[in-house]
Amino acid sequence: MAADTLSRRTILRSLSIGVVAGSVLRIIPLEAAEYAHSMIESEKTEAKSGTYTPKFFDAQQYKTLQSLCETILPADADSGGAIEAGAPEFIDLLTSENEEYQAKLAGGLKWLDSTCTTRYTKAYLDCTPQQQKEILDLIAYRKNAKQDESLSHAVEFFSFLRKFTADGFFTSKVGIKYLGYKGNTYLTEFPGCPPVPVV
Amino acid sequence: MIANAMAREIVMGANGKVEAVSYVDKFTQSEQRVYAKAVVVAASACESARLLLNSGSPSLPNGLANSSGVVGRYLTDSVGSDLAGYFPQLENMPVHNHDGVGGMHMYMPWWRFGKKNEFLRGYHIEFGGGRDMPGIGGFDYVCEENEGYGASLKQKCRSSYGTFIGFSGRGEMIPNENSFCELDPEVKDKWGIPVLRFHWQWGENETKMAEDMQQTFRSIIEAAGGTVIAGTRRHPQKSSAGASNALEQLPSGRISKGGEIIHELGTVRMGSDPKTSALNKNCQAHDVKNLFVADAAPFVSNPDKNPTLTIMALSWKTSEYLLDQAKKGEL
Repeated sequence: MAADTLSRRTILRSLSIGVVAGSVLRIIPLEAAEYAHSMIESEKTEAKSGTYTPKFFDAQQYKTLQSLCETILPADADSGGAIEAGAPEFIDLLTSENEEYQAKLAGGLKWLDSTCTTRYTKAYLDCTPQQQKEILDLIAYRKNAKQDESLSHAVEFFSFLRKFTADGFFTSKVGIKYLGYKGNTYLTEFPGCPPVPVV
Repeated sequence: MIANAMAREIVMGANGKVEAVSYVDKFTQSEQRVYAKAVVVAASACESARLLLNSGSPSLPNGLANSSGVVGRYLTDSVGSDLAGYFPQLENMPVHNHDGVGGMHMYMPWWRFGKKNEFLRGYHIEFGGGRDMPGIGGFDYVCEENEGYGASLKQKCRSSYGTFIGFSGRGEMIPNENSFCELDPEVKDKWGIPVLRFHWQWGENETKMAEDMQQTFRSIIEAAGGTVIAGTRRHPQKSSAGASNALEQLPSGRISKGGEIIHELGTVRMGSDPKTSALNKNCQAHDVKNLFVADAAPFVSNPDKNPTLTIMALSWKTSEYLLDQAKKGEL
């Protein structure tokens, strides 16, 4: 399969299908992640507003998604967070091509808002930071679903979103820099072997 | 060279030799036929068997070159099993300008040849790991293990990056009667050509071998101060079949699915006895002297290695034989 015959849709689908053993598409995702980030970049550059327009999530859902992504992988002294890295855009773009992701994420966001409304009479984004922490601490750990089975879908949703956020973050320029991934870059001079670490 | 041709069947002539191949032109959808003095089938093991099975007639009820009934039988793949470990001492290693370690860097051939083992034949180990290019799914394991969210999760992703090493065992399967392909009586492809259906059964030798792989990998990981990671399937391998930088974590003790290591072979096997084999030692059909097979289908068995070089060696031999026979007017 020649790269130039791959449509945008094919690439996004190959990314969002995930890994099927034996699939010819399984060698693509590493490069396709970069491709997805570059699509987002060029959309931002071309747009008058300089922003990305969500393809799947509505405005309210997207704001919630951004907030959750940033909470999962926040900015710190070493790097920007999930929003600066483009993780929400990455998630939206891939989700727009995958019905299973759509069901999981839209369902999870809906659960979050309706549960917050029941508990705190407000949607998640309108809750206080303390209330948001309470609800996330409930769904961020599998052991809570073992104690209360009614949480299992929400825990599954958060687990999925956590991994998806990591995918978007660590394949971005921000995330790669944060990791210190160098790849096969050449050396302008050979500084000698690094010291043997003490194990 | 005729491109975009989907072979439908090999056509027998009146003289007991094959005389043509009928095919579908995939662009025009038209039925075509090309005539030949000899036919060499090299469609990859399963598809070669399919073409022969689809070339039957009232006088050849089992398909072409299949008086033995072995075409499609003894389908073989490599035995595969994988395990990965987390090595805390790799945290905070100095950063090198490299792309992780994969099959091109390290390979461990079978080291217990001639020893008394629990199983016959052997396997090799391929290794992968290190600071490879971050990809989709590359942080699934850390996310699942760590859970939670926030600064500590982010730091854990970074500190554990490059600390995983994956072990892939690839071993020799002993062909058996219960692993085979045959024509599906109902399903056809888009050109109306019957497709194959598959039956698979690992033998006891293979399951013992896979279990040995698991025990070996576990003992290596633990002896090296690591922890076996049980977990979710991670992102795809860079290479098609062997180990790569990316870990592919399978449930502990699992043996690969038949065909998963994509070394399928053995479906039109060679042999000296026409009753138990379809081809002779030159990969020439016992039943039809101007018909040859030149892919992995003639293999009677395969070691733990990739079959490509053996395919090349056998097809070279077959080509020389074919030329020699053609010159002598024997085809």
